[in-house]
Amino acid sequence: MGILTELKSSISRAASTLFSAEDPKRIGIYGPPNAGKTTLANRIARDWTEHGDAVGPESEIPHETRRARRKENVEIERNGKTVDIDIVDTPGVTTKVDYTEFLEHDMEEDDAVRRSREATEGVAEAMHWLREDVDGVIYVLDSATDPFTQVNTMLIGIIESQDLPVLILANKIDLEESSVQRIRNAFPQHETVQVSALEGDNMDEVYDKIAEYFG
Amino acid sequence: MAEVKDPHDGVQIDLISGERLANQTSMEKIRMILDGVREGNIVILEEGLSPDEESRLIEVTMTEISPDEFNGIEIETYPRSEATDASFLDRLMGRESTKKLTVIGPANQIETLHKDETLIQTLVSRK
Repeated sequence: MGILTELKSSISRAASTLFSAEDPKRIGIYGPPNAGKTTLANRIARDWTEHGDAVGPESEIPHETRRARRKENVEIERNGKTVDIDIVDTPGVTTKVDYTEFLEHDMEEDDAVRRSREATEGVAEAMHWLREDVDGVIYVLDSATDPFTQVNTMLIGIIESQDLPVLILANKIDLEESSVQRIRNAFPQHETVQVSALEGDNMDEVYDKIAEYFG
Repeated sequence: MAEVKDPHDGVQIDLISGERLANQTSMEKIRMILDGVREGNIVILEEGLSPDEESRLIEVTMTEISPDEFNGIEIETYPRSEATDASFLDRLMGRESTKKLTVIGPANQIETLHKDETLIQTLVSRK
């Protein structure tokens, strides 16, 4: 090997070590509201961080997550290797927010209006992160609902247009109405992994795929 | 865009050609869409928006939502199939095909009844 080639190779190895040591990839957890994004983020954080702190509160009321939250330095060990990532739990993306829908969850009007305002800010923030600040995406879908929606179509298109690696998770397989195949049919160009973030079902395969896609 | 009759007479539909859109910047397109939708119009784009423009449309829509005034938009296009077919170079050069008929309306006036690869059925109501 020539001196120049060897030097280039050493620099490349050093740069690679430098980036892997100092720059964990930021993986955004995206999807529509109520898909189980925060439940998944909490599950990953509990499984792989020292103190196992939750990333954020979980709720059945839509738009519980209204700010993007980053959990840094999540070290996932797979097959003797460690994958170091930051997970970014993002607010559910939508094109509309109607505060009156929150009133159905026994919320006072003032609280509902405040929640809707925060929700809109959160969605805008999530879109900004997607364009500027994430290196890969875990796209979470509720497998008990129809995946064939415009928000899903648009978001997957936006992710593809940026050439970001994307792993689709068919969440909530513990529910009776769950259909993983429906999600595979909607996005045949991507691999879909089934999971129940709530029950912890099939998380091993999820971690294998995270290491494969983002390692 | 020229104003029409009293909106109580019906629902205004703006059919915007690809040619008209091609001469506009991303923010001009988004402004035109949201101005139309906020007046209660249904905006139909012959050739749709790019993924980046769709992303910005969502973001700007969110900043304009206001309780009891504007709840956001309903938007429908046929599912994107070109994205995976376009080569990396095409996408890099901005040659990705976005020619997808797109229907956009106020969230409180337009409801999607059915959607698949070849058909979009929507119900449009007056304010």
